[in-house]
Amino acid sequence: MTHLDLRSCSRVAALGLAAAFMASMPSAAQAAWEPTRPVEFIVPAGTGGGADQMARTIQGIISKHNLMKQPMVVINKAGGAGGEGFLDVKNSKGNPQKIIITLSNLFTTPLATGIPFNWKDLTPVAMLALDEFILWVNAEKPYKTAKDFIEAAKQANGSFKIAGTGSKQEDQIITEAIQKATGAKFIYIPQGGGGAVAVQLVGNHVDATVNNPIEAVSHWRGGKLRPLCVFDSKPVEYHEKITPDGQTWADVPACKAQGLNVEYLMLRGVFMPGGASNDQVQYYVDLFKKVRETPEWKDFMRSGAFNTTFMSGDQFKDWIAKEEKRHEELMKAAGFLEKK
Amino acid sequence: MEEIANLFHGFAVVIEPFNLMLMLVGILLGVIIGVLPGLGGANGVAILLPLTFSMSPTSAIIMLSCIYWGALFGGAITSILFNIPGEPWSVATTFDGHPMAQKGRAGEALTAAFTSSFVGALFAVIMITLVAPLVAAFALRFGPAEKFGVYFLAFCSFIGMSKEPAFKTVAAMMIGFALAAVGLDQMTGQLRLTFGSEYLLTGFDFLIAVIGLFGIGEILLTMEEGLSFKGRTAVISPRVVLETWAELPRYWITSLRSCIIGCWMGVTPAGATPASFMSYGLAKRMSKTGHKFGTGEIEGVVAPETAAHAAGTSALLPMLSLGVPGSPTAAVLLGGLLIWGLQPGPMLFVEQKEFVWGLIASMYLGNVAGLLVVLTCVPLFAAILRIPFSIIAPIILVFCAIGAYTVHNSTFDVMLMLVFGVLGYLMKKCNYPMAPMVLAIVLGDKAEEAFRQSLLTSQGSLSIFWSNGLVGTIMALGLIVLLWPLIQSGWSRVFRPAAA
Repeated sequence: MTHLDLRSCSRVAALGLAAAFMASMPSAAQAAWEPTRPVEFIVPAGTGGGADQMARTIQGIISKHNLMKQPMVVINKAGGAGGEGFLDVKNSKGNPQKIIITLSNLFTTPLATGIPFNWKDLTPVAMLALDEFILWVNAEKPYKTAKDFIEAAKQANGSFKIAGTGSKQEDQIITEAIQKATGAKFIYIPQGGGGAVAVQLVGNHVDATVNNPIEAVSHWRGGKLRPLCVFDSKPVEYHEKITPDGQTWADVPACKAQGLNVEYLMLRGVFMPGGASNDQVQYYVDLFKKVRETPEWKDFMRSGAFNTTFMSGDQFKDWIAKEEKRHEELMKAAGFLEKK
Repeated sequence: MEEIANLFHGFAVVIEPFNLMLMLVGILLGVIIGVLPGLGGANGVAILLPLTFSMSPTSAIIMLSCIYWGALFGGAITSILFNIPGEPWSVATTFDGHPMAQKGRAGEALTAAFTSSFVGALFAVIMITLVAPLVAAFALRFGPAEKFGVYFLAFCSFIGMSKEPAFKTVAAMMIGFALAAVGLDQMTGQLRLTFGSEYLLTGFDFLIAVIGLFGIGEILLTMEEGLSFKGRTAVISPRVVLETWAELPRYWITSLRSCIIGCWMGVTPAGATPASFMSYGLAKRMSKTGHKFGTGEIEGVVAPETAAHAAGTSALLPMLSLGVPGSPTAAVLLGGLLIWGLQPGPMLFVEQKEFVWGLIASMYLGNVAGLLVVLTCVPLFAAILRIPFSIIAPIILVFCAIGAYTVHNSTFDVMLMLVFGVLGYLMKKCNYPMAPMVLAIVLGDKAEEAFRQSLLTSQGSLSIFWSNGLVGTIMALGLIVLLWPLIQSGWSRVFRPAAA
């Protein structure tokens, strides 16, 4: 399994930024492109979910700080696991007044459903952040480490249940990866949304979840859930106190360090329809750079324990191509590809 | 009691002039949003959410939750006047509300609906105030099997309810299930019944079906009957509100039962839609005048409206205490909480006392304000029916088309609405009940999901539906309600002859 190597990414990022800076110098002298109509911000997921929250936060930040002359309108197109939104943007080729926020369904939906869409139909703008995943168990259970949990799952002989959001999407991919890495078997139970998943675990209806930090943090603070490890190469760098007894996100060890060799981060990125000019892409890259500088965005990143890697241009494209290949391999191995 | 002291502190927060103003603005916006079909409470709140980022969290949630109350009130208006439910939970209100309007009793129907909504909401808020922690613990006991039990009960309470043969109800329900199956299958992540069409990716949205079946179907029928709309002969006096109020206390049992059903459904969280249907179904069974339901009985308006509002209000409790939204609008509000930097969950009640109790206090005041606003407008709303049908019908058509379009911003949906309109007309002509079909479209995929989750958990064994007292009781209740007509006729066959 291929891993995301963030250190080499940041090195490339520095080079990429320098290149982008030099490239942008001459164009800044010319009249730069700006939206002339309200910008539609498509969310290929339902209202209230992680992508929707991020889009609406961005909309709020842009209007509060007057970062754009035209208004921004958030539109949810959740049908067909986000396929509705992707096809809408694909069919808006050449319309620079439309952008879309993506999650892992950028890769998984076309692979699982066979809808005629690929990320190459869009113009990548920027990666805003990466969402972490954490292995959670009910706090009443005796497991303190990922190792304890995996041992117990092996003992239980395939009767342990993991709940997650949707089917053949990130949560189930991680579950598959855990099975492959450890040999333990789980029953995967798809649920509608991240909040419902966490509650199923609090109510002891399942044995574990791989919720994003923001989806389960309140139950951790309330003493109902326990994080075992984070599916990243190293612990998350947030040292603010979270639980009443003083634990922080940084105290959650990386799964790899606990012998569970699985890494997964989810893309929170922005794309435009195909056929966008460099000026137009640059406008949005600059816009999101300004958004990232605001205190509201920093608070939002902290509350969700996001990985704040930022990428744009060729570096972002390379990253997407690599991730696409990884998802294809993972989904093929799990038998999730659409049967032709 | 600590709760009461907290609540009064909450009132002090809410009764700031700025917050009171936001409350009124919220209610008015909410009523408008509720009246326009298609633009439901969830959309309305989502659109206005960014406006609130510059306010304090308490002021923001007061305004947004007042939009929510307003939309709940507003949904009843179009259901009663034009037979077009703006929200899923208003469907059951059309059954008796619209016939009342046709008989010239629109004012009474509206007053009954608004007042019952208020009673339901008040009951739910009092419950939230006093027993919030207990209720949250109860909600945690609901796994997939229990959820399926609740949906099962909702469907069962419908069969045998219609005057038409039970098989017609079942047939209509099955068409609804088939329509609900179109689109993405949540459990496998694959597309079903889309035949490669991009338009069918999203499945059949409830709102489009309902706008077509009820709204367009109704207009087609009225046209056939010679463009006459009986409601316009109604005499509307401002006193109608007081006269209706004098009549309402008679239905206190129905009210109480509906409040309990509503709170239960709102907390679990099955939501306001099954609550309104279940409550209507039970009221019809248990009322002395049950056989007259559907012809314009005031009790048939009281039952669903009370339950829907009780559920809509209590749905906020699991959202605040567990972070699970009990309704689509609550889901958007949940997103808002996170953006304002508040983490919903068990700690919210401990760490953000001012916010939580401010919100609860605003529920009390918001509902009182809402009731006053909508009641003063009753004569105005009822007067709409005096406009000649030949003028109002095209306006309704335009609003229906706009409503259908706004659901997904797609013209395909407008065509679909017209197709559903013709279907609605044909179903009415052949005496097939439309409500079971609508119920199946709304809840079909959720019920299926819960069913398959349960079977995954139990590895295929149906015994999971009897595996504990809670789910067993719900399922048994469902079966009793389903087989009630058979039990009843069997009973009379065995005992009547003996008595005679």
